[in-house]
Amino acid sequence: MKTYTDQGKKDTRSGFGDGMTELGRTNPRVVALCADLVGSLKIETFIEEHPERFVQVGIAEANMMGIAAGLTIGGYIPFTSTFANFSTGRVYDQIRQCIAYSDKNVKICASHAGLTLGEDGATHQILEDIGLMKMLPGMTVINPCDYNQTKAATLAVAEHHGPVYLRFGRPKVANFTPVDQKFEIGKAVLLQPGTDVTIVATGHLVWEALQAAESLHAQGVSAEVINIHTIKPLDEAAILASVSKTGCLVSCEEHNVLGGLGESVSRTLAGHHPAPQEFVAVNDSFGESGTPEELLDKYGLNNNAIEKAVFKVLKRKG
Amino acid sequence: MAHSKDLEALVVQVRRDILRQVHSVNSGHPGGSLGCAEFMVALYFEIMDLKGRFDMNGIGEDVFFLSNGHISPLFYSVLARRGYFPLEELATFRRLNSRLQGHPATHEGLPGVRIASGSLGQGMSVAIGAALAKKLNMDPHLIYSLHGDGELQEGQNWEAIMFAGSKKVDNLIATIDRNGQQIDGPTEEVLALGDLRPKLEAFGWDVLEVKDGNNLDAITKGLKEAKTRTGKGRPVGIIMDTVMGNGVDFMMHTHAWHGKAPNDAQLATALEQNPETLGDY
Repeated sequence: MKTYTDQGKKDTRSGFGDGMTELGRTNPRVVALCADLVGSLKIETFIEEHPERFVQVGIAEANMMGIAAGLTIGGYIPFTSTFANFSTGRVYDQIRQCIAYSDKNVKICASHAGLTLGEDGATHQILEDIGLMKMLPGMTVINPCDYNQTKAATLAVAEHHGPVYLRFGRPKVANFTPVDQKFEIGKAVLLQPGTDVTIVATGHLVWEALQAAESLHAQGVSAEVINIHTIKPLDEAAILASVSKTGCLVSCEEHNVLGGLGESVSRTLAGHHPAPQEFVAVNDSFGESGTPEELLDKYGLNNNAIEKAVFKVLKRKG
Repeated sequence: MAHSKDLEALVVQVRRDILRQVHSVNSGHPGGSLGCAEFMVALYFEIMDLKGRFDMNGIGEDVFFLSNGHISPLFYSVLARRGYFPLEELATFRRLNSRLQGHPATHEGLPGVRIASGSLGQGMSVAIGAALAKKLNMDPHLIYSLHGDGELQEGQNWEAIMFAGSKKVDNLIATIDRNGQQIDGPTEEVLALGDLRPKLEAFGWDVLEVKDGNNLDAITKGLKEAKTRTGKGRPVGIIMDTVMGNGVDFMMHTHAWHGKAPNDAQLATALEQNPETLGDY
């Protein structure tokens, strides 16, 4: 069994910020926009080094999305930055008309996604953003799992032409993927080979899935763990190859069970290889205030919840 | 200032294009299209510095954004007559498999269109973004935009107006079509916009008014004056009074023709009032 080591807990948003620093130095077409959350998005260095390529829009996210669309007309690659809630639900029609439908090369970069922003509560904890974004034709949806991968994803999306939703978070979490591992959009990463059950996870829950797999291994269950950092386009081949071997699957995400990764996976299985699936996700509810750990526990999104889901799906497989 | 008879003739022909497009599919928005015909003809045939061919980035030329996308019949007519796409394509307006969607879109690759519009209130933000790109590219050309007055009820406009004033976006000329009408009635009854000039000025804009936006000389003069005011640290706004449905007597001074097509008899009357000048599509 492969073992993964936490190189030291770091927030994924810092991966974004450090990725922006690097892009600022290497790609003169990259422009950053922010709606009054510079410190939260960790883009201070980019702004300090390239003040002319930073647009502070104030607390006006709709305007930010339109300005970003306009900046592409002139050849720039705008990266908008604010919380996930204000990056998606608040500005859905602006994204739909001026970015997605108009096929503009805008990178919508969203921090504080999911429950783990913690104490601010449900007003800020969007659990619907993956669904909102994946429904837009032409939108690429990415949710990397740790600091290193978020930094790599930030660099990768600049090279990809077209609208991208890049989702990351606030808490410091295990940083375990290799430094400077190339990020391939749409290519799932097999983290742990196994034979009894497939666990697909995205974002912060990838580390939880690895923890669960370790515990399951000790109990004699061989779990295959796949990191689905790109929810759209989905790496269907990787999922199908795994499930045709294991015969069942657990999907894990810090998102509403409706509209997220799990449903995209179900659609793939239904079309090509029907198999039992269990969902580790928020059960169609809003979040609430609490620490990230408390919230992941209460809403059933941690390694223990994944383990339980595995036993449930194994029973269904028969 | 005297205009070439050609430009006056072109306005009449554009009116015919608008009416015939809308009539042929029994849908679309003739009122605002007719009201802005002089503005858009002046803009594309006299004011803007345009390269011969279309490319999305528009570097080295002036760029226009239509925020009130429902006046697409006008936009399409002017683009076609300026040579962006074949004139006969106007016959495909709002039909299946056409590049001339009900509201302007880039999705089908129609030359001349750089952003989708139709869902209102979004065009000024896009124009500002393009204006910022021009500054970054050291491109001295200007960004022009057109907005309906009713769409100023959308809050995003005021975010954009605040931004442009605060950040000194002075390579932008935004024109507001002040026809005073919207779908449900006069703007001042539906949701009063009040006096727009002091509102824009309070946000740091340099504002000029064109009292007769349906007079080709007046609007051309206004646009030329606006150009002289760019580059001075303030965005430039033009409040342009127009008559919805201008040029067709029974469509004027009412919101009734905002989004309604004429029937066969009405079309015949309207076309009689606007005899063919440069050839129908």
